[in-house]
Amino acid sequence: MTLRDLRTALYPLLGVAVMLALWQLYVSAFGINRIVLPGPVDITRAAIANWAILMRETWPTFLESVLGFALAVVIGIPVAVCVASSRVLNLTLYPILIATQSVPKVAVAPIILVWFGLGLQSKLVIAFLVAFFPIVVDTATGMRATPIGLLELARSLRASSLQIFMKVQFPAALPSIFAGAKVAVTLAVIGAVIGEFVGSLNGLGNLLLTANSQLDSPLAWAALIWLSVLGIVLFAAVVAVERLVMPWSEIGHH
Amino acid sequence: MLQDAPAFGHFRDVHQSFARAGQAPLVAIERISFDLVAGQLATLLGPSGCGKTTFLKIVAGLMAASGGTVQINGRDVTEPHPDFGIVFQQANLMPWRTVLNNVLFPMEILGRRDAAAVARAGELLALVGLAGFEQSYPSQLSGGMQQRVALCRALIHRPKLLLMDEPFGALDELTRMEMQDLLLDIRAKTGATVMFVTHSIGEAVYISDTVVVFSKRPAVVADLIPVALAYPRSAEMRYAAEFTELQHRAGRALGITR
Repeated sequence: MTLRDLRTALYPLLGVAVMLALWQLYVSAFGINRIVLPGPVDITRAAIANWAILMRETWPTFLESVLGFALAVVIGIPVAVCVASSRVLNLTLYPILIATQSVPKVAVAPIILVWFGLGLQSKLVIAFLVAFFPIVVDTATGMRATPIGLLELARSLRASSLQIFMKVQFPAALPSIFAGAKVAVTLAVIGAVIGEFVGSLNGLGNLLLTANSQLDSPLAWAALIWLSVLGIVLFAAVVAVERLVMPWSEIGHH
Repeated sequence: MLQDAPAFGHFRDVHQSFARAGQAPLVAIERISFDLVAGQLATLLGPSGCGKTTFLKIVAGLMAASGGTVQINGRDVTEPHPDFGIVFQQANLMPWRTVLNNVLFPMEILGRRDAAAVARAGELLALVGLAGFEQSYPSQLSGGMQQRVALCRALIHRPKLLLMDEPFGALDELTRMEMQDLLLDIRAKTGATVMFVTHSIGEAVYISDTVVVFSKRPAVVADLIPVALAYPRSAEMRYAAEFTELQHRAGRALGITR
């Protein structure tokens, strides 16, 4: 590890530490009620005291987010490929996609709950709905942005449509697909929490609501921070997959 | 042009115009006629936007001409042919493929990627001075090196006709001169017929058997200049009186010099 690497790791941590210190200082100095705004120390205490509960409630939220995101990838990418490769499908599907996207997901959540119940499925569907759009849009954009030169090269060799898709268009679209996936995975967590807020039996969103209604603000904050950690971990997982699938993007450019 | 050598490419009254909404059609190529002799290197020389690239695409079968006869090896060109190799202005390498896999791309499409193809790719890369770069990615190479990879890719399936669209246009002068010598070297070794688009008079004269000078749009053949300089050519030739005279003739055809 060079000095430069050390600095890259150190400065963000330093920033967080300073922010936490100022926060704690403010809360202690002005004697802020912990129900209004708990300090980092209170939140940490609450997190340690309720560690088992936090862990137990993380699992459903994690599952809802990851499965919703996975569904968005599995359905979104083929839809994007259709939209990008056929003018007819583009004209037919795109307005519907945009209309679906402009419906507020919070407003749809109660209906989804009526259809899919209080369990995992309803949250999964809401997470899917939220994550779907960025994946479709970014994949379609990437597919359309295939360099003309590569397409002409493939055509000059009389490549079949399938060959052009598999060997040129899809790999060329990978950077866009991952850009969409990174946005989608954090949105999926938000989708899962929306679902839990509207109606659920467990999950971090459920815990947050319960703690809040019992005026247990330190625990509510702990759940909130833990939710962000979940989002960051899932984001990092997508980045890790990206590096694995696209090793060339890591290599420095001249 | 030599009349006794067999015509490999036969182009008569090739015409190209593009329809434009609400306007008269844009005539890119008025009338181009010439013969491409087997094993020769012909350059298409002309000002920017004169239709040289359009003509090359027609010969490649990537675009249909509006009129005229385009024949390669006695057959009308109606679609791309695997006997052609193309080098574009940009290297057009796939960033997700290693150098070796970029060179092998045509063999994959043609369903002929085997041990022999891999060996040939290695030989070609060695020929252009890129031995040891097989596993590198394009982003690790300079512009000149990328264009060398593109050249190997165009040659991997042993094309009879090599079509090159201003392939060295984006390179600096010194790299460009190196690439010209490399091209002549490769041509001597493979015997391929080459059609080369450029807007550099010096480049056209230095590498060609024949310079086909295109007028500005709509293009006609302004002059057909046989270059009688012996191969192999060397940098010293660029300063010979004969070379200067040929450059003058091309310049006159382009309307630059008198």
